[in-house]
Amino acid sequence: MNHFPILSVMLAVPLVGGLACLLGNARQARAIALGATLIDFALGVLLWAKFDVGGAQWQFQENLPLFSGFSWKLGIDGIALLLIELSVFLMPICILASNAIDKRVGEYMAAFLLMEALMIGVFAAQDLYLFYIFFEAGLIPMYLIIGVWGGAERIYASYKFFLYTLLGSVLMLIAMLWMVHDAGTTDIPTLMQYDFDPAAQKWLWLAFFASFAVKMPMWPVHTWLPDAHVQAPTAGSVILAGVLLKMGGYGFIRFSLPMFPQASADYAWLIYGLSMVAVVYTSLVALVQSDMKKLIAYSSVAHMAIVTVGLFAFNTQGLEGSMIVMLSHGLVSAALFLCVGVIYDRLHTREISHYGGLAINMPYYALLFMLFTMASVGLPGTSGFVGEFLSLAGIYQQSSWVAFVSTTGIILGAAYMLYLYRRIAFGEQKNADAAAMPDLEPREWLMLAPIAAAVLWMGVYPESFLAPMHSDIRAIEARLAATKPAGDAKFQMGKALPVGEAHAEGAH
Amino acid sequence: MDPILFIVFLPLLAAIIGGLGNRMLGNTVVKALTTGALFIAAGLSWPMFFTYLTGSAEPHVVPVLHWVQSGSLSFDWALRVDTLTAVMLVVVTTVSAVVHLYSWGYMDEDPDQPRFFAYLSLFTFAMLMLVTADNLVQMFFGWEGVGLASYLLIGFWFKKPSAAAAAIKAFVVNRVGDLGFMLGIFGTYLVFNTVSIPEILVRAPSMAGSTIHFLGGEWHTMTILCILLFIGAMGKSAQLGLHTWLPDAMEGPTPVSALIHAATMVTAGVFMVCRLSPMFAVSPDAMQVVTYVGAATLFFAATIGTTQWDIKRVIAYSTCSQLGYMFVAAGVGAPGAAMFHLFTHAFFKALLFLGAGSVIHAMHHEQDMRYYGALRKQIPLTFWAMLAGTLAITGVGIVDVFGFAGFYSKDSILEAAYASASVSGRFGFWMGITAALLTSFYSWRLMFLTFYGKPRWAQSEHIQHAVHGDHHGHAAHDDGTAGYHPHESPLTMLIPLGVLSLGAVLAGFAFSHYFISDGSGEFWRGSVAFSEELIHHMHGVPDWVKWAPFAVMLTGFAIAWYAYIRNPAFPAVVVGQIGVLYKFLYNKWYFDELYDFLFVRPAFWLGNKFWKLGDVGFIDRFGPNGSAWAVALGSRVAARLQTGYLYSYALVMLLGLTGAISWVIWQAAH
Repeated sequence: MNHFPILSVMLAVPLVGGLACLLGNARQARAIALGATLIDFALGVLLWAKFDVGGAQWQFQENLPLFSGFSWKLGIDGIALLLIELSVFLMPICILASNAIDKRVGEYMAAFLLMEALMIGVFAAQDLYLFYIFFEAGLIPMYLIIGVWGGAERIYASYKFFLYTLLGSVLMLIAMLWMVHDAGTTDIPTLMQYDFDPAAQKWLWLAFFASFAVKMPMWPVHTWLPDAHVQAPTAGSVILAGVLLKMGGYGFIRFSLPMFPQASADYAWLIYGLSMVAVVYTSLVALVQSDMKKLIAYSSVAHMAIVTVGLFAFNTQGLEGSMIVMLSHGLVSAALFLCVGVIYDRLHTREISHYGGLAINMPYYALLFMLFTMASVGLPGTSGFVGEFLSLAGIYQQSSWVAFVSTTGIILGAAYMLYLYRRIAFGEQKNADAAAMPDLEPREWLMLAPIAAAVLWMGVYPESFLAPMHSDIRAIEARLAATKPAGDAKFQMGKALPVGEAHAEGAH
Repeated sequence: MDPILFIVFLPLLAAIIGGLGNRMLGNTVVKALTTGALFIAAGLSWPMFFTYLTGSAEPHVVPVLHWVQSGSLSFDWALRVDTLTAVMLVVVTTVSAVVHLYSWGYMDEDPDQPRFFAYLSLFTFAMLMLVTADNLVQMFFGWEGVGLASYLLIGFWFKKPSAAAAAIKAFVVNRVGDLGFMLGIFGTYLVFNTVSIPEILVRAPSMAGSTIHFLGGEWHTMTILCILLFIGAMGKSAQLGLHTWLPDAMEGPTPVSALIHAATMVTAGVFMVCRLSPMFAVSPDAMQVVTYVGAATLFFAATIGTTQWDIKRVIAYSTCSQLGYMFVAAGVGAPGAAMFHLFTHAFFKALLFLGAGSVIHAMHHEQDMRYYGALRKQIPLTFWAMLAGTLAITGVGIVDVFGFAGFYSKDSILEAAYASASVSGRFGFWMGITAALLTSFYSWRLMFLTFYGKPRWAQSEHIQHAVHGDHHGHAAHDDGTAGYHPHESPLTMLIPLGVLSLGAVLAGFAFSHYFISDGSGEFWRGSVAFSEELIHHMHGVPDWVKWAPFAVMLTGFAIAWYAYIRNPAFPAVVVGQIGVLYKFLYNKWYFDELYDFLFVRPAFWLGNKFWKLGDVGFIDRFGPNGSAWAVALGSRVAARLQTGYLYSYALVMLLGLTGAISWVIWQAAH
């Protein structure tokens, strides 16, 4: 395996496929795109199978020096592995979900395949600049997907998306230049061990934060997300919610936390504050939406806030929980957008009020939609619970206030999701067109059933997903141990009792 | 393989096959499958229960699957069986089995039966996971699982807006409790470094006197943990403040009300407090909270029960009230009595609900007792079953001779409350005595309005529909029957009534010795914090304490008899005299209105404000739109941006940045 550059191949397959799509006609483009994404998925399965859990931190490393220190350097740890798996898993589903696209199909498929290559690149890059290029270039196909194949307001949406992300990118680039200058290397694993001057860390942290907070997105730089989702075609929303939002979280866990541990501890309050606001604020906003996609988009912001509080809990549960929330949200929000797409393709409206009583004529659709709704709500047994529970358990050890406010998300989340479900699936059939819609067709089963299986797998036996990242999380936790602030629980044993016995428990 | 695996997973298997097979398998197959699975589960549970009765079984844990391991936070799927679990197993599987059977008759005309039976079995699975939990997280899994099933079953007739709304309300209100439960689990993990229940219980006593900070305040560790966990219990067991979902849950089909909202799910909170009773025992403050909340609930719910007209709502408030009794028992340190009442209540309350269902079935979906009357002769078997249930809930019995089920369990709670000799215990006792009078009154009121007096069926819209539908309505009927002939329910519904009647009559007499007597510690074997000392004190209470429940029971019966048989004009007179109080009770203490005003409306109002003023009016206006406007002022770039040149612009921007990096690197290298 050492000599087979599997990561480069996984990048190359969609790129070559994308080029081929541009040359072929619509039918061919669809077939090529499906083929290429399935090959990448198969490679992804191989990658996971060959990944040595508990082995070396960085595996499948490739290094091809290009010029003056800049090199084609790839490699993954458990964290990157899981996010790559998420990407290659969702991609074939996106291609299947793009049946309704009928203009410029070749270019559309090419954009998606390019996007896949860039996403894998983001998670696999081990060179700082290489990462930057993948990270920023990933936006271009997304602009195109929204701007060309989007809805009526697509120009405004992609413009907003662009403006927000640009601001963060520029600051991050400047910070990267400074870091390379200071540390004398562009190697990410080396930088993760490098101790920057605490004063400099603050500025670097803020610069990265500007970029990741937008990508995440955190309140108040989240307003591009609802517009982008609403205007994007279904598959665009799936990738946006499923993978692109995870780049922010990935950025925090790969860069901000291990590279700037001091600054991360110093600015934890900022993360906590924004996240707490996000949970309550965006959940309430989600409650009053009348557009299905907007509602789910706002719910994403609330869920991502659980990720950020978990990450900045600085402990194993928080970090691992956040990773699982990201993976779970990648699956669940993708599935929810697909569910919206299924009925949008039939009725061509996203207005919730045009639906109702779908459980009558689309029972299997209603069943799967219920499963994903419950996963979004965080019902135990689904993937949503494991991540949410661990993240919140993590942050509780740091601050009961943050834990309390963030946990109210389980009430608000239930309220807006069930309210959505009720208006779509329950009630009388209000309009004849909606009542005449047929249940899931085989193609749609192929899209939704694998995600449903993954959601349950991650909920019942999350160990498959936790095991690859245990050692990486431990390394980050160790890196943070020196600087992390003390928790607010201040547990104290009773004075009358021997102190030694249970003292250790309070200390973690 | 351990039988517990079959008990727990057969219902799940049946639910999955039945739910996915649905119309492919057909009504009968799915019904037989799910009902069969439950009867097997019940058949396996009783022998297991008897091994614990005879003391020949040891507590054991059957591992199933690894679940989560994150740092030191680790929990598995595992099934724990001990005395406490065994009690719950027979309750859950028995009531579930008979409710499955009952639903054959009750849901016979429903077009969507496979879904209904699959939900029932799914519920049973989740409930069994809850009661066999060996760690707090699996308990939470069962907790949420029953919540899901409850949501699905309340909303089973999802076309009805009221049913869909009630389903959401049940889920969301329960989630408020879950907030406490989750924080409680987090705190427990923080303090004990484990979520394993046996480990926590062993180490809980050593935490006495320790303190912890929570939301800025300093608390006794066990007090705050127990209160947080208890908030979860309050949600599931519909205690005062978080009870509002339970009456609305009556929107679900009646078998659901019997199984979930009377016998099993709503008792999960009581089960949790009993399971964790060694933990609660460490904190007298938390115990007092439990007692006060229980006492307040049992009184408050009983007052509302006296005024409702909907037969199911009366029983629903009665359930709420009886759960309050159980919490009082748990709060005064008598978890044995709490579990005993849970056990007997499961039988007689399920019986009352299924009986009510039989009445509703006979009366063509009419649920308003104002349109009942004189049904004793029409549906005699239902009458006798309901009578058994009423005798059980009102606690009819003679000390040291024989009593119906509730006589033993409710009286033991009152004795324990009195014997605990604490202020909270005395409060619980007096509230309990008062509510016992109210219980007797509303229970007999229900019986008299339904089965005695003259028929008042003619005013009922449901009956009128039925009669006109049958084309029998032409003849004049001035006897109040409108020519309607109620029919006794089919055998599938009567057999469950019979089985449960047996429980309502005998469960107390047969089992009180095991649950609550000297030496019951042998039976419980440490699965609850059983106090022999309290049992001893209970025997020593004054005689008037032992007879007081009997006296108030008779008083309640007498008032009901006078008001609804002897002098039927009397209630109207009383209502006229106490108009304001009556309205207050009839409108359920205005909790729904209050919550709507405090939480629901502000949530939507705030959501709109955050969206329209926050996102659109502020962030967008001064963020992206503002910068776009600024750019447009200065150049034509913005205009070009908005006409679709954005993409080339973006590309140029990125290429520029890439070029810049290359240049910097190149510079650095040379």
